[in-house]
Amino acid sequence: MAERAMTLAEQILSHAAGHPVQAGDLVIVEIDRCMSHDSLTPEVIDALQGTLNTERVYDPSRVAVMIDHVAPAASVATADAQVRVRRWVREQGIPHFYDVGAGVCHQVMIEERLVAPGQIAFGTDSHATAYGAVGAFGTGVGSRDMALTLASGRNWLRVPETVRVQVNGRFRPGVSPKDLSLYLCGLLGLDGADYQAVEFHGLDWLDLDGRETICSMTTELGAKAGMVPPTGPAVADLDVPEWLGVQPGATYAREIVVDLDSLEPQVSVPYSVDNVVPVTDVGEVPVDLVFVGTCTNGRLGDLRAAAEILRGKHIAPHVRLLVIPASHRILTAATADGTLSTLLDAGATVGTPGCGPCIGRHMGVIGAGEVCLSTANRNFRGRMGSPDGRVYLASPETAAASALAGRIVPATTR
Amino acid sequence: MATVWVFGDDVDTDQIVPGRYAPYMKSESELGKFPFIEARPEFAREVQPGDVIVAGRNFGCGSSREYAPRALFIAGVGAIVAPSFARIFFRNALNLGLPLVQADLRGRVVDRQPVDLDLARPGLRVNGEWLALPAQPEWLRLAWAEGGIIQYYARHGRLPVEATS
Repeated sequence: MAERAMTLAEQILSHAAGHPVQAGDLVIVEIDRCMSHDSLTPEVIDALQGTLNTERVYDPSRVAVMIDHVAPAASVATADAQVRVRRWVREQGIPHFYDVGAGVCHQVMIEERLVAPGQIAFGTDSHATAYGAVGAFGTGVGSRDMALTLASGRNWLRVPETVRVQVNGRFRPGVSPKDLSLYLCGLLGLDGADYQAVEFHGLDWLDLDGRETICSMTTELGAKAGMVPPTGPAVADLDVPEWLGVQPGATYAREIVVDLDSLEPQVSVPYSVDNVVPVTDVGEVPVDLVFVGTCTNGRLGDLRAAAEILRGKHIAPHVRLLVIPASHRILTAATADGTLSTLLDAGATVGTPGCGPCIGRHMGVIGAGEVCLSTANRNFRGRMGSPDGRVYLASPETAAASALAGRIVPATTR
Repeated sequence: MATVWVFGDDVDTDQIVPGRYAPYMKSESELGKFPFIEARPEFAREVQPGDVIVAGRNFGCGSSREYAPRALFIAGVGAIVAPSFARIFFRNALNLGLPLVQADLRGRVVDRQPVDLDLARPGLRVNGEWLALPAQPEWLRLAWAEGGIIQYYARHGRLPVEATS
C-alpha cells in the first residue's frame, strides 16, 4: 500500500486517531500522559469539581503532578494551595506525585520515564514541548484544557504543519544547544512556528540533555510540539514503536538549515526572546545575577559545562551566581561527581531543584535596575521580578564566562 | 459605551498577568484587576465590560497560564481581534468562552475609540463605520454560544467539534 509519507507529528496523531491524518485536520485523540504542576493544578481542580462536576479523573495512572513552580512554598497562600493539591492527589490515587525538591516538571517527566516515544502528552506548562526529546508529542495546555482531558481521557487537536530544521556539523567549544535555540528564535521570531511542529534532523549524536533544551525552546517559536527523531545513542534504551520514524518525502511547511560549525554563542536581549544577537555584539553589559537552571538548562551536562569554565576561578565581585539543578537526581549526581563543589568554590550558591526565579515568584527575583543573565527561556518585561529589571538569555557556558567577567561575554574568548 | 484598546505584536502573557499576580500567589477574587497591571496600568483601571482589544500578530504568546485570558474574561473583554493568536492562549480563551477573532483591524481603529461589538453578524461599528469580521466555523460558534468548550462539554458530554463533524 503506497501511503503518503508523514511527519513525526502526523505519525503520532494518526496512530492515536486510528486512521491517517494530515496537517490541518482536527482530531479527537486519547491523551497518553497528563502533567500538571502546582501553579495551575488548583485551577484544574476547580474546573473538574465545579464546571465539569467530575469526582474522579479518567485514569489516574496516566497523570503526574509536580510541585515545582513555587517550591518550597514562599507564602501562606502558596503553602495552602499545595496542601490542597497534595490532598487531591491522594484522593484521586494519582501514583506519580513529585513534591518539593524533586525537580522541574519536564525534567522529572523525562528522567522518571513518565513519557515515552510516540505518546501524546499534555502539560499545564508551555515547555511541555520538551517531551519531543524522547520522540513524544508534548504540548502545553491551560487548566481547563487539562481538566477536560482528566475528565474524559481525550481532547481535540489540530494536526500541525511541521517546520523541518536540518542541523549540520557540531557545536564548537563554548557553543551548545541553547545557542541553536536562540539562533532559531532570532531567525524565525516568536510566532515563527505558531500552531506548527518543529522537527530537528541531523542530531542523532546529540545527548538527551541537549535534545530537551532544543525541544523545550520550540515553544518560544510558538510551536505546538518540538521533536528530535528518537534515534541515536541518547535514546538507545527507549522503546520506540516500529511505526515511528523519519519518512523521506513527508511534507514540510518550511525547511531551515543551520550549520553548527559556524554557529557563535547567542544572547537574547530584553524584552523579547527573539531579540537575539551574537554575544560578541551585545556590547558592555554588566550583570548583577547569573542564574543557571530551569527546564531549559539546569541539567547535569549544563552544570558540568559551567563548572568546567569556573574551575579554580572565582566569580567577579558584586556578581551573584545562583545555580538550581533541574532535579533531585541531577543535584545528587552533581554532588557525587564534584561538579557542585567546583561551582561552590567559584562562588555559586545553590537552590532547591525546581523552577527557581524563572517566573519571578521566589528564590532570586530581581529588583529595579538589575541585570540578570539567565539560562532560562523567557525575558519578557517583568518575567523574573521587577518590570524595571532586565533579563538576558544565554547558554550555561556563556553564563559561567559572564559570571567570571562580571559582564556578558562568550565562553570562547576567555 | 465600550471602547477599543489597541495593542501591538507579540503581546505576551507575562504582560497580560505577570506570574507574581497569579491566583496561586494572590487571591482569585483580585484577578479581574490584574490584566496589564504593569504593562499598561490604565487598562487594568479603566477596562469596561464589552471593551474590545485590537492587536497585532501572535497575541498571548508565552506561558500556558490560563489566568491571563481569564483575567481579561473576568474584566469583561468582549472580544480580542488580531491577525493571529498564540496557540495555548487561543485554546484557553476558547475553553473560557472569551471570543478571539482572527482579523487585522490595525489602522482601521484608534485606541480608546468608542465601539459596538456584534458577534452574531459578526463585526464592529466604530465611528459610524461597519467593520465586518470573518464568519466563524460552526463548532467555534457553538462553543462561544454556550460559554466556552468546557461549559459545552459539561452540558452535552461531547466536544463542539464532535457536534459538527
